[in-house]
Amino acid sequence: MSGQNTETLAVTGNEAAAEAMRQIDPDVVCAYPITPQTEVVQLYAQMVADGKVSSEFVTVESEHSAMSAVIGAAAGGARTMTATSSQGFALMWELLFVASSYRLPIVMTTVNRALSGPINIHCDHSDSMGGRDSGWIQLYGENHQQAYDNCIQAVRIAEHLEVRLPVMHMYDGYVISGAIGPLVMLSDDQVQDFIGPFTAVNPLLDPKRPVTVGPFDGLHGWYFEHKVAQNRAMDRALKVIQDVADEYGELSGRHYGLFEPYRLDDAEIAIVVVGSTAGTTRLVVDKLRAKGVKAGMIRMRVFRPFPHAAYASALEHVKVVGVLDRADSFGAQGGPLFLEIRAALYDNDPRPQVLPFIYGLGGRDIFPDNIEQAFAVLEKAAQEKGRTSTGRRYLNLRED
Amino acid sequence: MSAKTTILTLPREELVYPGNRACAGCGLSIAYRIGLKALGPDTILVVPPSCLTVLQGLFPVASTKLPCLNVTFASTAAAATGLLGALKMRGRQHTKVVGWAGDGGTADIGIQALSGAAEREEDFLFMCYDNEGYMNTGVQRSGTTPQGAVTTNTPFKGKQQKKKDVPAIMAAHGIDYVATASAAYPLDLYDKIRKALSLSGTKYIHIHTPCPPGWGFEPRYSIKVGRLAVETGYFDLYEIEQGMLRLTGASEKLVEKRELVPVGDYLRSQSRFRLLSDEQIAEIQAQVDTKWSGYYRAAGQAAAE
Repeated sequence: MSGQNTETLAVTGNEAAAEAMRQIDPDVVCAYPITPQTEVVQLYAQMVADGKVSSEFVTVESEHSAMSAVIGAAAGGARTMTATSSQGFALMWELLFVASSYRLPIVMTTVNRALSGPINIHCDHSDSMGGRDSGWIQLYGENHQQAYDNCIQAVRIAEHLEVRLPVMHMYDGYVISGAIGPLVMLSDDQVQDFIGPFTAVNPLLDPKRPVTVGPFDGLHGWYFEHKVAQNRAMDRALKVIQDVADEYGELSGRHYGLFEPYRLDDAEIAIVVVGSTAGTTRLVVDKLRAKGVKAGMIRMRVFRPFPHAAYASALEHVKVVGVLDRADSFGAQGGPLFLEIRAALYDNDPRPQVLPFIYGLGGRDIFPDNIEQAFAVLEKAAQEKGRTSTGRRYLNLRED
Repeated sequence: MSAKTTILTLPREELVYPGNRACAGCGLSIAYRIGLKALGPDTILVVPPSCLTVLQGLFPVASTKLPCLNVTFASTAAAATGLLGALKMRGRQHTKVVGWAGDGGTADIGIQALSGAAEREEDFLFMCYDNEGYMNTGVQRSGTTPQGAVTTNTPFKGKQQKKKDVPAIMAAHGIDYVATASAAYPLDLYDKIRKALSLSGTKYIHIHTPCPPGWGFEPRYSIKVGRLAVETGYFDLYEIEQGMLRLTGASEKLVEKRELVPVGDYLRSQSRFRLLSDEQIAEIQAQVDTKWSGYYRAAGQAAAE
C-alpha cells in the first residue's frame, strides 16, 4: 500500500495503533498480552506472519520481560516497540526507569486501564499516571486518529538526538481501544519518509568498540549528573514535540500542539481534561456557550514534559479552572493533572482558582450531565467573592 | 569431545583487567577470567546486579573488555532475548549473547525470565555463578544455599531447606546443553563453555563458586574448598545432553576410583556449617552416598552394555 490515501477507515483504536506500528515496521517488538491492549499485539503478530512487516517479534512470558527485552534490543541498536495496559504497565515499572536513564528511544503504546484491586479491566489513567516520574515522554490521545498520529510522531520524538528518551502514547481502554471510530492514514511511504532510518548511539553490537551500558555507579560517581542530563533532555523535548507535530501537520493536514484549547480565548471558566472525555466536554462547552456561559476547555496532550509555562499563559484570563482527572492520587489534594495545573498557575497574577474533579475510575461512565455539574461548580465559584474549597470532587460517584 | 584444554593451550588474551574490585580469593573472579577467555571477544554480556556488577568496576572504570548490558535483577534472560533480536535484525548472528548471573539472579528472582527464554529456545548461553547465597548484599540465604548453612537471615539453625536443583530445572526445559562446573576446575569450565557455544538454542552452565567471606574460610583456600566439594561428592561435575546425565572431569574420575573424601572434610572447612552436629554431617554423608551409589550403578550398567 503506497501513494496518497485519503479514505476514511472505520477501525478500533487498537487497529489504528497496530496500523501505525505496521507502517513504522520497527526492528524488534516484544510484548505480552493484556486486556485491552491484546488486540494491538495480536494484529501485529498477524502482520508478522503475513510478511507485512520485517520485525523480529518476541512473545515473552511477562511484561517485565517485554520491557527488559526491548531494553536489550534498543541497547543493541534496534528500533523497538512494545504495548501494554494496567498491571502490565505496573509490572514494567522498574524497567521504565532503566529505559529512560539508558536513553533508549523505545516507543510504547499504552492502552489505559485501571489498576487492581479489585480486578478491573476498564478505562482509567491510573496505570500511565503511575509512570509519570519514570523519565518517559507521555502523549495522551483522544481518539482513534490520535492513537495513530501520536504513535508515528512518538518515533521521531524519541529518536531526536536532542531528546533520545522513550515515549509512551496513551489512549483510553475500550472507549477508544475497542470501539470503532474513523481513521485517515498516511501512505506507508509517507510514514517511512517521515520517521527516517534509525541510527543508534553507542550500541552494544560492536565488540571492537566495547561499551558498558548502565554500570554500577559508586558512591562518588556521576548518578546525580546523569539524572540532571536526563531532565534537561526532557526540557528540550518540549520544542521537539512541537516541531515534530508541525512537520506532521504539514504532511497530514492534522495539526497538534502541546495541548488543545477549545473556545478558550474569552472563557471565564474552563475545564482541563485528558483522553476520550474531551469529546464529551466539547459538547458541553458548546451547549453552555449557546446559553451565554463563557465556558472553554483544554485537552491535555503532553503530560511529560509538562508545558507549565504554556498552560500559565493559556489560562491567565480564566477565573476558575476545573481539572478532570481519570486517576486519583491517594492522599494528595487532587489527581495528577490537577496538581500540575495548579502548580503551573501559582505564579499567575491574578491567580485563577483551580478545582480538582475525579471521574471515571475503573471505567465508570461520564455523561454530559456530569460535566455540566462540574461547570456549574466553576460558574458558582467564579461568582463568589472568596475562594472556593479545593477539596476533591467526584463526578458520577454513587454516594453523591 | 575435542582435546581438553590445558594451561598451555589456554588463550593468552585477557578480557578481564586485573586490579578489579572482587574480594581476595573470589571464586567468581577465577571463573570469570577463564570464562571470558572461552567466550572470546565476539561476545556481549548481560549482567544483573550481583557481585559481578562490582567486579566489573565502578563507573567510569570497567574491568571487562567486552560490551556489557547491565539490567535489573529479574531481567537477565529477557534482556538477552532482546539483544538477540537486535543482532538478528543487524545480521550479526555470529556475535554470542551470554547472560552471567549469580544464584539469586538465576534460581530466585531471575528464574521466570530464564525459564521463559529457555522455553522459547533463545539462542544464548546462561551462566550461573553459584556462591550459594546473596553475598553482595551481605550473605543472605538464596534458593541454592545448602541445607545447614548459616547466613545472616538464617542465623540460629542455618538454612533448614534443601538446595534448589537449578541444573535439573533447566534440563527439564529440554534444552540441548546443561552443565555444572566449578571455579576450582577452570579448565573443565573452559571446555564446557566452548562446547556450549558450539550448540544452538539455550545453554545453561552452573558454576559452583567458593566465596571466602560468605562461606567463612581464608581467601587462600578457595581452590581447596572448591575441590573438596567435588572430591567429597558433595557437588558434582556433569553434563546433561538429550536428557542424559554424564559425570565429567574430576567427578567422572571419582566413579573409577570409588573413593570419596568424607563430606565432613568439606563441611568443616567453612564456618557457615559450624552449627552442623556430627549426626547431621552423618546424615549428609548418607545422602551423598545414596546419590553416588546411583552413579556407580549407572556406570556399571553402562560398562555391561
